[in-house]
Amino acid sequence: MTERPRLAVVGAGPAGLAAALAAAARGVQVTLVDAADQAGGQFHRQPAAALGAHRPQALHHRWRTWTRLRDGLDRHRAAGRITHLTDHHVWCVARDCASGAFAVHALLGPAQEDGVTVRADAVVLATGGYERVLPFPGWTLPGVVTAGGAQAMLKGGLVLPGRTVVVAGTGPLLLPVAAGLAAAGARVAALVESAGPGALLHRAPALAAQPGKLAEGAGYAARLLRHGVRTLARHTVVAAHGTDRLEAVTVAALGRDGHPRPGSARRIPCDALAVGHGMLPHTDLAETLGCALSGTAVRVDAEQRTDVPGVWAAGEATGVGGAALALAEGHIAGRSAAARLHGTAPDPHGWAAAARARTRLTAFATALDAVYAPPAGWADRIPDETVVCRCEEVTAGEVRGSVESLGAGDLRTVKLLTRAGMGWCQGRMCAPAVAGLTGCPLTAGRRPFARPVPLGVLATLPEPE
Amino acid sequence: MNPRKLTRARPGPPCTVSLDGRPLQALPGQTVAAALWAAGVTAWRSTRGAGRPRGVFCGIGVCFDCLVTVNGRPNQRACLVPVRPGDDIRTQEGTGRADD
Repeated sequence: MTERPRLAVVGAGPAGLAAALAAAARGVQVTLVDAADQAGGQFHRQPAAALGAHRPQALHHRWRTWTRLRDGLDRHRAAGRITHLTDHHVWCVARDCASGAFAVHALLGPAQEDGVTVRADAVVLATGGYERVLPFPGWTLPGVVTAGGAQAMLKGGLVLPGRTVVVAGTGPLLLPVAAGLAAAGARVAALVESAGPGALLHRAPALAAQPGKLAEGAGYAARLLRHGVRTLARHTVVAAHGTDRLEAVTVAALGRDGHPRPGSARRIPCDALAVGHGMLPHTDLAETLGCALSGTAVRVDAEQRTDVPGVWAAGEATGVGGAALALAEGHIAGRSAAARLHGTAPDPHGWAAAARARTRLTAFATALDAVYAPPAGWADRIPDETVVCRCEEVTAGEVRGSVESLGAGDLRTVKLLTRAGMGWCQGRMCAPAVAGLTGCPLTAGRRPFARPVPLGVLATLPEPE
Repeated sequence: MNPRKLTRARPGPPCTVSLDGRPLQALPGQTVAAALWAAGVTAWRSTRGAGRPRGVFCGIGVCFDCLVTVNGRPNQRACLVPVRPGDDIRTQEGTGRADD
C-alpha cells in the first residue's frame, strides 16, 4: 500500500473544515493547522471549554452546520485521517521549487516563541478575513471596538464590551452583532447603518435569488425589534467622544448625496461602540507563495486552485462572501486537491451542488457589496488631526501631506514617508483609510511574514525536506 | 440577562490575578482581555507617542492594540493570551521595555 498523500489546510473555519473533511474522506492525510484553541474560525467561534457553556448555540447562527462540521472532524481525527493542530499561528508557507513540496511554518501557543514546521504535498489556504474600519474622530478611544471583535469576545469569552452599546458602520455583519449583544444583555442604543433600504431595493433581483439569506436578515431584524433596538438607516457615526474612554457618539443622517445632512447630528451616550465597514481577505500566505491576486483577494479557478501548483484557496481569502460560500468553496477545494494528489483529474459533476451554491452566493455577495459601500466622501471628512495609523499614531493630515507636499503616489511610498502601516499590525488596520485619503488603489500589503516572528525561530529553521 | 446566563455557562471556580498590583477575579478559560472587560477595565496600554490609552480593538489578534505586559513579558496580545491563576498583568507603557 502506498502512503496517503499529505495535505495541509491552513485555517479551521468553515472553508478549512469543509476542505479538510472532503479531502480526508477521499484518501488524503490532512493536517489542519489553526491559530485558535478550537476549530470553528470566527463564524463558529466557540467559548473556551473551561467556561462550561451548556448552551453556546444561544450566541450562534446555523448551529446544525457547525455540529455537522465538528462531528465530521471528530470522526476523521479518531480514524487518524485528520491531525488538528490547534494554537499554531502560521507565519509562512514555503514551496520547494525542485520537489514541489511545502513547508508550513507556525509559531506555537499564545506565547508564540517556538516554531514548528509541517510538511505537505499540497496546501489549502483558508485564512479567512478581518474587519475593515474607516477612521473618524475618537475611533482610537478605549470602548471603540470592531463589530466582529465585539462578537468574537462575546462568543469566545462570554463578555460584553460595555453596558450601553452602539453598533455602527455598514455591512451584513452589523445585524447579527447587534442581535447577539442585545440577547446577551447589552443595551443596544442604536444600530447605525450607512446604507439605506433603497439601496437594497435597487439590487432586488440578485438578492431575491437568495430567499434563505433574506429570511436570515429578516430574522435578525425581528430579534432587534423584540429587544427594542432602533435602527438608524442612512446614518453614520461622525465622532466618538470621551477623554480616556468612550462616553458618547455623534450620529448624523446621510443625504441623497451620501454626505451628512446639516443639522441632523445628535449625540447618543454609550460606553461601547462596535463598528465595522465590511471585511478584507487575509492574503499574506498566498502572496508570499507567489499566488496571483485579483484586487485584494486570492485568484482561483473553478477548482479553487491558485496559479501556484499545489496551492488551493477557499473562503474569505478568495473574496469576502460569508460562511455558506466558504463552505461550498472549501468543499470543492478539498475534492479537487484529493483528486489531484492521487494523480487524477477531478470530476466537477461530483461537486455540482457546491458549484451551484458558489455561483449563487458569489452573485449575492457582489450585490451586497454594492449595497454596503462606505458613504460617499468618507475620506474627505476625516479631520487632519485624526489618527489614521493606530500603531504609529500617524494623522490624516500627515498622510495627506505625503501626497500633496511630498508627491507620494502609492501606499508603499506613503508608508516610507509617514510610517503609516509600519507598526505592529503592518497596515492591516489603516491601509483602507490611507488608500482613501491618498487616492491610491487599495492593494494587498506585501508581508513575507504573516505575523511577528522571533529571530530565534528563524535561526533554527529546519532545512528543506 | 448576561452572556453566561444566556449560554448556561457553569465555569470552574474563579482565580485571582492582578492588574498593576490590584487583585481581580478571572474565570478559567477567559483571555486576559475578557477577564479585564469582565472587571470593567477597557484600557491597559498607553501609546509610544502621545501616551494615549488603548485596549481591545479587533479582538482577534490582528490589530495589536491590546498589547499588555503579563508576568514581565511585554507585547502580549490580551485578546489571545489565556489568564492563568496568579498572573501579574501590568499596564504597558510605550514599548513596555525599560530601554525605550
